[in-house]
Amino acid sequence: MNEQVTVVRDDFSTHLEATIKRAVPGATGIAHLRRLSGGASQETWSFEAVGRGFTRKLILRRAPGGDRVHDRAVGLEKEAALIGLARAAGVPEPEVVHVLEPGDGVGRGFVVAFLEGETLGRKIVRDDIFAEARKTLAHRCGEVMAKIHHLPLSSLPPLRTATAEERLNELHQNYKMAGTPRPVFALAFEWLRTRLPKAPVPPKLVHGDFRNGNLIIGPEGLRAVLDWELAHLGDPIEDLGWICIAPWRFSGEGPAGGFGTREQLVAGYEAGGGGKVDMEHLKWWEVLGSLSWGVSCGAMFLSFRSGVDRTIERAMIARRASENEIDLLHLLAPRG
Amino acid sequence: MQDEPTPIELLDAVITYLRDELMPELSGRSAFLTRVSANACDIVRRHLENAAGYDAAEMARLTALLKTTGTLEELNRELCTRIEQGAMTLDTPGLTDHLWATTIEKVSVDQPQYAPYRRALKTFQAKNS
Repeated sequence: MNEQVTVVRDDFSTHLEATIKRAVPGATGIAHLRRLSGGASQETWSFEAVGRGFTRKLILRRAPGGDRVHDRAVGLEKEAALIGLARAAGVPEPEVVHVLEPGDGVGRGFVVAFLEGETLGRKIVRDDIFAEARKTLAHRCGEVMAKIHHLPLSSLPPLRTATAEERLNELHQNYKMAGTPRPVFALAFEWLRTRLPKAPVPPKLVHGDFRNGNLIIGPEGLRAVLDWELAHLGDPIEDLGWICIAPWRFSGEGPAGGFGTREQLVAGYEAGGGGKVDMEHLKWWEVLGSLSWGVSCGAMFLSFRSGVDRTIERAMIARRASENEIDLLHLLAPRG
Repeated sequence: MQDEPTPIELLDAVITYLRDELMPELSGRSAFLTRVSANACDIVRRHLENAAGYDAAEMARLTALLKTTGTLEELNRELCTRIEQGAMTLDTPGLTDHLWATTIEKVSVDQPQYAPYRRALKTFQAKNS
């Protein structure tokens, strides 16, 4: 993992240490606190709780700068609750060790057990040590999605609801706001609009960002599903479509995460009790997911041009909308 | 007439410096952003070499498809409107050919290593040979 080695000794680390002494029985301090790179919308820190004769590796997820939270994000306290509920239902998740409270003085966030494994999509689809894991990974992801979608709604914290139609309308607004006419996007919007799933779908817990890059993988298979920031209530097939979109394939073999087929994913989902999946319904969500990635790239341009973020990184992401157009054409008007 | 080296030759010199000399000296975020900067120069280079020809070809296709004239932006806006109104669809003769051609030309500037682009390119080259 790409790590920034910054040892911090300030109010933050002092308060975190005091918090961990209260939350972890036997802990007398913390060690090796460092910020991990990645995740612009949340900070991730790794550290150890240490005591007499023990060390425990932990991860802190925290709102940037302590308390800023993204618009569509569920909020860190709810995220922690969802991780706990999913873990209890058999979804591979780290144990939640502590949810931060205002009195802790560390901001908003939570502490979970550190899990060893690979998260880099490029390595997961390519490295030999994951060759065995790849054979069953798409099936396993389907099974795990079914478990998530089975969580009783009454057990969940309050979450926003986003139906297929609402997602489509929201996306269309964002596309119009960016201003650039994109005939391929217009075609995709029209395709989605005329094929909106007609039968009302009973809302389920949707993870919202279940994809290669948010999974911890070991040589034996899936160890955890991370990043519940975009969890919401909606059409569960959204999760199956999202893991299949091109940006998460990292040049790997197979549409599902770059490591499996749609058929394996769906077979796992049905075997896990998720119910029968209509392949056209899956494709609808794949097109919507793909388009939403492209619209985000377009929005990056807006924030670059307006001066909100003039970095080269931002500018280059804006130039990736054309990649998304080719993905959409492969889906909507396949050639060869 | 401007003096030489040409813009493309100047860019090549910058790209070589960023990739071959500067990057090996750096690590972490600086190395990453230097690579991104070199990639951006690659886009500028391909844009300078190809965009004028691609824009002219796109203009010709749009004019034929829409049977009207205007700037590239106006024509693209008009095409979007017709698609949104359902006046042009996947079944409209020439529409998907135009979209494929335009998209392939754009990605050839933006991201020529992108696997789905290379796959599409192979199909098109096989068809045209």
